[in-house]
Amino acid sequence: MRDPYLQVSGLTKSYGSVQALGGVSLDVEKGEFVTFLGPSGSGKTTTLMIIAGFENATSGSVRVGGRSLSNIPPHARNIGIVFQNYALFPHKTALQNIMFPLDMRGVPAAEAERKARAMLDLVGLSGYGDRWPKDMSGGQQQRIALARALVFEPSLLLLDEPLGALDKNLREQMQIEIKRIQKSLGVTTIFVTHDQSEAMTMSDRIAVFEKGRIDQIGTPQEVYRTPSTPFVARFIGDSNLLPGTVLDPDQGLVRTEHLGLMRLPSRLAAAAGAPVTLMLRPESIHLAGLAAGVSEDAPNRADISVHTVVPYGDSTLLIGRAGGADLRIRLRGPEADGIGSGAALSVLWPASAIHAIPAV
Amino acid sequence: MLSVLNRGAAAPGALKPWLLLLPLVLFLCAFFLVPLGQVALMSVTEPEFGLGNYAHLTSDSLYLQVFINTFLTALGVALCCLLLGYPLAYLMAQSSPRVAALLMLLVTMSFWTSFLVRTYAWMVLLGNNGPITAALAFLGWNPPPHLLFTRLSSTLAMVHILIPYMVMSLYSVMKRIDPALLRAAESLGARPWSVFRQVYLPLSAPGMVNGATLVFMICLGFYVTPVLLGSPQEQMVAGLIGTQIEEFLDFGQASAMAMVLLASTMIVLTVYHRRFGLDRLWG
Repeated sequence: MRDPYLQVSGLTKSYGSVQALGGVSLDVEKGEFVTFLGPSGSGKTTTLMIIAGFENATSGSVRVGGRSLSNIPPHARNIGIVFQNYALFPHKTALQNIMFPLDMRGVPAAEAERKARAMLDLVGLSGYGDRWPKDMSGGQQQRIALARALVFEPSLLLLDEPLGALDKNLREQMQIEIKRIQKSLGVTTIFVTHDQSEAMTMSDRIAVFEKGRIDQIGTPQEVYRTPSTPFVARFIGDSNLLPGTVLDPDQGLVRTEHLGLMRLPSRLAAAAGAPVTLMLRPESIHLAGLAAGVSEDAPNRADISVHTVVPYGDSTLLIGRAGGADLRIRLRGPEADGIGSGAALSVLWPASAIHAIPAV
Repeated sequence: MLSVLNRGAAAPGALKPWLLLLPLVLFLCAFFLVPLGQVALMSVTEPEFGLGNYAHLTSDSLYLQVFINTFLTALGVALCCLLLGYPLAYLMAQSSPRVAALLMLLVTMSFWTSFLVRTYAWMVLLGNNGPITAALAFLGWNPPPHLLFTRLSSTLAMVHILIPYMVMSLYSVMKRIDPALLRAAESLGARPWSVFRQVYLPLSAPGMVNGATLVFMICLGFYVTPVLLGSPQEQMVAGLIGTQIEEFLDFGQASAMAMVLLASTMIVLTVYHRRFGLDRLWG
């Protein structure tokens, strides 16, 4: 079997008695775009810094293209990094910033300038070579930082929350832009963020970090539809988590604490009586009578009394009480018209919308 | 209507901060500006009205020599402060806050000791019977060199006295250098020396300029240390002004020299201000 391009295995990191990483392993294929997603303090940036060589792992290893990176100082790793606040050199112009890594590699000045200008073209800032970083907008500085990290054809591109400082519209624009540039160069990329929508739109695969470990690695669809832990379900997208116990694993029947009996689409790989958490996305719950193709039969239904209505424009979030717990329902377009706080609704959902998360 | 009322209320409020400055302004007027005016007046009226004192300054090469000597000494002191202060400030900027605070304490400690005590301490250290001369003699330098009352001894003592200004100027600038820039340089392929040469050094340059300007200007008018420790043959301007007054009672000539010294300091300040902005001088 072929070795993966980037191989991170068993990374641990302790600061005194505090463990920042508790065994992080993942494989990344060449050209892949993988996002490290997690809240602050979950270990995603620490892992990135170990790959970059700015932190030493307590144990574990990082290999790129089959070569171990331990004992290689950061300057010899050939890894491009875009830092959170871009870290452009304030005493160098945009072009000089981009030429810096080539200069460090002894590339002749004329060739370095040609390559740097080509990079400026690629990031869409052709005429901006002579600008000083302080005279550029956040988005422009971002592009220069990206160009500088890519101009020396690094074996790996690391992006450390690069969009955090930008406003929302610019952020979306840069997401598309970074993705386009990454694809056109085919560079293997690790992207660190705590923003789940950023992770969803950009990644080939997402690694969800929690408390110094990776909870789940998978495509955006996989982590969204079949989260492997309640944390992943909560962190990515909006969700209803229903604790319960397995009633009949062969029939896929679960008794939930708040909404009674639920029927799953397939049999469960758990013994009767085992605890289980069911996840139900708010957008897969429908109003009874309006849901075409959804069986009206019990058990996958509930009667709720709405107490909160949050309009989003393209959809409306309803939060209502059902069986002593809150249930979140997201209705598209005009479906929610006329529903106000205090309304009593009957809702249902297809068995296929329920995902069982085994208790750990 | 309302806005008119507001404006009326705001006017006295806007004046108040300036009133706070009044005591200091009065003090400076009475004890600095008025005497300074008197000195300026004396330079053109003593012993007779005219520019005679200034003409004398340009005609006698001794004065020119003293001014050149003063500038060279100030330059040397500034350079020595820079060379000695840079590594220390760098160390402080890289250290943990605790260690940095301790080092800063050690640097500023010399501020707490009297100026004169420190100058006399150097006399003891460098004197003909002092430990340094003895050590040099012991190492086989025979006869041992005269260290005291030379340009070396006055330069050493002035560097000692002025180095805290340099260290603080450098430290305040170095502390603001974003460590991410150094990491970025490293990730882009710069070896440690290149990181320093290409990124750290240029970014710390404002601190070097600030510190050197500060030390240079203070040094231009330095009196006590060069007079007590320096070579009588290589006097500095302030020392010569003192001699003029104490020994020759030539107030006119002394005042003219003081005005030229003031003017040269103002020129250095103006050049600095044009290039970097005066507000940055004190960090």
